[in-house]
Amino acid sequence: MGRETRAMQDDDATNPAVLWLLDGEALWSRKAGEAAKACADCHGDARSSMKGAAARYPGFYSAKEKIINLDQRVNLCRIERQQAPAFAYESRELLALSAYIGRQSRGMPIDIKADETTKPFLDAGRAAFNRRQGQLNLACSQCHDDNWGKSLAGNPIPQAHPTGYPIYRLEWQGLGSLQRRLRNCFIGVRAEPYAYGAPEFVNLEFYLMWRARGMKLETPAVRP
Amino acid sequence: MNGPGRKARVVVHLPQQARRGEIIEIRTLAGHDMETGFRRTQFGELIPRDIITRFACSYNGVEVFRAELHPAIAANPLITFSTVASESGTLEFRWSGDNGYAATHSAQISVV
Repeated sequence: MGRETRAMQDDDATNPAVLWLLDGEALWSRKAGEAAKACADCHGDARSSMKGAAARYPGFYSAKEKIINLDQRVNLCRIERQQAPAFAYESRELLALSAYIGRQSRGMPIDIKADETTKPFLDAGRAAFNRRQGQLNLACSQCHDDNWGKSLAGNPIPQAHPTGYPIYRLEWQGLGSLQRRLRNCFIGVRAEPYAYGAPEFVNLEFYLMWRARGMKLETPAVRP
Repeated sequence: MNGPGRKARVVVHLPQQARRGEIIEIRTLAGHDMETGFRRTQFGELIPRDIITRFACSYNGVEVFRAELHPAIAANPLITFSTVASESGTLEFRWSGDNGYAATHSAQISVV
């Protein structure tokens, strides 16, 4: 990331994701669903209750015995607690809430722990990262482990640490999730991307966040 | 994303206090898709233009900055400009554009 992009990201006056944070803040205290409850009715002030939460996602959801990401966690609350329909993936509302929750953990180290329960999911994510796929027959690791720092079509290849999602990507002219970014890479190697929310995607997200453990969360980040 | 009923979001940053004669920086961010009018859907239909066309700032009723915006300007336009802090008062910001888009914001400054 260039110096200018970082400056844009770190300044609330210039980071365009601030527009989504304002929406997220409004949604946090808006009552919704048949239960007529707002996020704030259970969780109180997000600035204290959500501090560090995003640094622990994706995480293990014991009731379904699988890994879920933050978007899915928000939608579980929507369905179970608010009794409201789930937000669509990549909808403005879901991105706004995830960005607002993520913002409360900005600067905190990513805290994904692998244990006996989560190991199968981590292994599945690692296998996906190292698996060659698509018409170009490339694995994630071939760019992001073996060749990071070099150029791909004029752009530097990063180490694939998802420290700032959802991100405002200048190319997108808007906010997007890690899964949207992963779809870009899948399409880039001419592979069929998984559907939004697919367990394969979530496991890969889980592995990537575990791989970035200890790095500071930058949500909502700005990327070129 | 700018569909009917969605509140126009704007964010303005400027110093709350300044010395008389000081040059102050004002940064404004407006949430808008800035649809160029040149793009097509996957079925080949032209997506109509929907952009902010005009931005103006007045300082105690006197216009101090104005910009005309065109289709090549990115989404969520960030406009930064400076003016001289002459007296305490109100700065009014006004954006307007296609499909009746209008947003306003006002901010106070105290000049000592």
